[in-house]
Parts: sequence; structure tokens; C-alpha cells
Amino acid sequence: MTMLNLERVGKTYPNGVHALDAVTLGVAPGEIVAVIGGSGCGKSTLLRAISGLDTPTQGSVRLDDVTITRPHEQIGIIFQEPRLLPWLTVAGNVGFGIEDRPKQERVGRVAHALDRVGLSEKANVWPRELSGGQAQRVAIARALVPQPQVLLLDEPFSALDAFTRVDLQDHLLNLWNEFKPTLVMVTHDVEEAIALADRILVMRPHPGQIADEIEIDLPRPRDRQSAAFDFAKRRVLTALDRSLDRAVGVEHPEQKAAQGAAMWW
Amino acid sequence: MTIAAGQVTPEQRKATRDRVARWSWPVVGLILPVAAGLLWELAVRSGWASGRLVPPPSVIFATFWELAETGELQRHALATCLRVAAGFGIGVVAGTLAGALTGYSAFIQRLLDPTLQALRAIPSIAWVPLFVLWFGIFEGSKITLIAVGVFFPVYLGVMGAIMSVDRKLVEVGRAFRLSDAAMVRRILLPAVLPAYVLALRSGLGLGWMFVVAAELLGASEGLGYLLIDGQQLGKPAQIVAAIVAFAIIGKTTDWIVSAVAAPFLRWEDAFVRL
Repeated sequence: MTMLNLERVGKTYPNGVHALDAVTLGVAPGEIVAVIGGSGCGKSTLLRAISGLDTPTQGSVRLDDVTITRPHEQIGIIFQEPRLLPWLTVAGNVGFGIEDRPKQERVGRVAHALDRVGLSEKANVWPRELSGGQAQRVAIARALVPQPQVLLLDEPFSALDAFTRVDLQDHLLNLWNEFKPTLVMVTHDVEEAIALADRILVMRPHPGQIADEIEIDLPRPRDRQSAAFDFAKRRVLTALDRSLDRAVGVEHPEQKAAQGAAMWW
Repeated sequence: MTIAAGQVTPEQRKATRDRVARWSWPVVGLILPVAAGLLWELAVRSGWASGRLVPPPSVIFATFWELAETGELQRHALATCLRVAAGFGIGVVAGTLAGALTGYSAFIQRLLDPTLQALRAIPSIAWVPLFVLWFGIFEGSKITLIAVGVFFPVYLGVMGAIMSVDRKLVEVGRAFRLSDAAMVRRILLPAVLPAYVLALRSGLGLGWMFVVAAELLGASEGLGYLLIDGQQLGKPAQIVAAIVAFAIIGKTTDWIVSAVAAPFLRWEDAFVRL
């Protein structure tokens, strides 16, 4: 049973750029889907179409029985940058999406969310006093507080250093465990996709299409050092190479090395 | 390693130095004017200079005191303040409306902005003869002149502030499905506020500038009248006293605007106050 359904979704921008072409996709409740691909492959366009911030020019996005044409209350989004409102305290930012609730409920839910991202002591601090990782944790809390059925993430950790990134990926999984929203995340980090996702969609550019689909059925929490993880990584890299019509460099752990190899042979 | 009692650690020394620096910097700025005042006072008292055209500080202070005691100073200051208040109020309302409209709609901007920019290029004092014809020689023309002076910085400030609101934050508002009214209240207004306060302050500064111009051109009361009166009757001390009154009141009103806005802008200077 899928809850989020995309039917031949396409997007052509007014300037004629054909960013997305006939993407069909069904996502099950509680599933974690990672969308991966090089820059310009339309993965962000896809996410924005699902979020309702942009409308597709062809096809439709449906959440259960509702066609998404603008932001929906059951769809939350986390951007690449934290995008905290600088004039609200951390607590104010986290509670931004539940302003219409009674105050007592709001305070309780904000405190809980801050506790879950480990920032309780920062509740009354201004966003500009936070580090990059802390700010993105606040953004995650803000998106999760309204408890959306679907959470979209647009390269959420790409601006962070490697340590913070892994830390936040674990954090995100913990939060996901709490009420199991459906996650659709765009990333260009292969390891991140494998660490988090049930299914990885590999996209191909010009125009953006889904080139390949890889199931990752490793048990969670996933050991990044394990052979199974490594194997999954190679599968994804191979698929990425194939999506770009490059020679297949299965032996090489890094995409870059694979590119080099392709040139040598 | 232990630190002997009475010995000063580098941290403590730095803290002391910082504390001294914080207090001494403004004091450094006072050295020149205070020294100049004292020297002039000394020069006049010892008979080296007559002080007739450039009165020494003591005479200025005495004149100031005398004007205040007779209630003259208060009467003139009040008249000037009322003019500035009325002109500032009108200018702020008009400037805010025009700025908000042009900032919000590209069409209105294309329609309105060229005309307003052309009007802005005219030195405002050039309007005075026309304003006197239109609004009479009393309050009407003066308040209009002040309002015109206040209008432009407020208009430009509001328009620029709205146009430079971070599109990414607006998108956050959209993602949370804010209504238009909520978008204005929860995203646009707070985002625009710092620039708006700045625009109000520069508008107020111009308001004080134009009230002097308006009052110099003919008034029977007001601080500007004290200036003209001092010139015509050869009372330089009265002129300087009126200037001092302008400085005090202008600075005070500016401070009031900042102080009223400060609670809403605490997020902005969170770093500065650390």
C-alpha cells in the first residue's frame, strides 16, 4: 500500500529547461526513500514538486486521495540550510508550525522536540548563537513538531562537516523511530543514502528521470564498516555510473576513482 | 603550578585592560571639546579675547538657564517639537504606505517609483515658496516641508527592506501554509523591522533639519525663531543656546525611537551585548 504517489510527474521551467520527465513513484507509509544523483539531475525539482512549493507541469503528486498543488499540512520539509527565523528564539522556531495550538500543548511539544534533538538548554537562545549542526537540529525539530505523515529533506546535511553529518543522520533515525513518518530525502552523499534509506532512487539528468532503484534491506542501526554496507555502496556507485553512461568501475569505492578508471580503460 | 596570592594572571590583566578601555574610549572623545571650552573660557576671563561674538561656555550656560527659567525655552522648544511631531507623523505614514506598496508590487513600483525619485531629486527647500502659497505662512507650510523631508528616507527604507526580505524565509512561511495576513505578521514585518527603525531614525534626523529651515524662513516661535532673534539682536549666546537645545532634543527623540524599538530587535544584537 503506497500513500504518496507520483504519476508521470514532469517539470519544464518557463525558460525551457526540462528538469524532470515522467517520474512515477509510490512510497509506502513509514518508508525511507533516498533520491541520489549528480547536480542538475532534477532531484531537488522532484522534492519541491512533492512539497507543493512548486507545481509540476505534467502529471500529478497525490498524498492518499489529495492532489498536491500547494504545501500540505501532512508534508513537512527540511531545507539544505536551517532557515531559522532569526527574530524567534530556538523554542519559538521549533513551535512555528503549531502556533494555532493552545499554549500549554505548544510548550509541551516544543520542550519534547528540543529534548529529542538534545538542545533543551538552548531553548531561549537566538538562532545566530547556534553552530551549523545545532541550527540544523532545530530545523529538524521544527519540521517534526507538527508530526507530518511525510517529511521531505533536501540535502539536509550537505553543509555540515563529516562528524556532525553522521551524528545528525543517527539523530534523524532516532526521531523517525518515534512516529515513523515517511521520509523522502534528496542527497548526493552515497553513504548517507545507504545509512538511512530502505530504497535508493538513482536519477539521471537531461531531463531528470529515475534511472535505477536499489533496495537496501540491511538491519538498522547500520554498521558503516560492514562488508554488506560496502557492497551496497558499490551497487549504488555502479548504478550512478550507469546512469551517466559511464564505464562500470565496480572495484572502486569512490565515485571519483571510478570516473578515473573509466577514463583509463 | 600555583599562582601566588596577589599575583595577577594574564587573564585578569586583560580583563582590567578591557574594563578600562570600555570606559576610557568615550572619555578620549571628550578631551578635545572640553579642552577647547576650558581654553576659551580662560582666554575670555583673562581678557585676551572679548568673547562678544564667540561667547564662552559659562555665558552660554547662563543664557540657557535664563531662557529656561523664564519658560521661554520651553515654549519655543514645544512649538518646534509639535511641528516635528506633526510633520514626522505625516511623513512616516505616507512613506511607509508608499514604500510598502512599491516593495510589495513590481507594477506599483514601476508606476510610482520614477516619479517619486524625480521628486526626491529636488532640494526640498525649493518647495518652500510653493508651500507658502498653497498652505499659508503659518503651520501648514512648515509641517508640509518637514513631512516631505521625512517621507523620502522612510519610503526608500521600507521599499528596500521589503524587496530584500530573504526569499528563503518566505518559503518557510509557505511550507507552513501561512495565510497572506500571517505571512505579513510572522515573516515580513519582523524581517523588515530593523531596516524600518533605521529609516525612521534617518527620517527623524531630516525632520529636525527641515524644522530649522522652516522656522528660519519665518516663525514667531520655535527654536529656529530663537536663532533668528539672536542673530537680529546680536545675541550669539542665545543662538548657541538654541543650537544646544536642538542637539539635546534631537538626540533624545532619536534615543526614544531606538529605545521603543529595542525590545523587538534584541535578536539582532545578541552578539554585540555578550
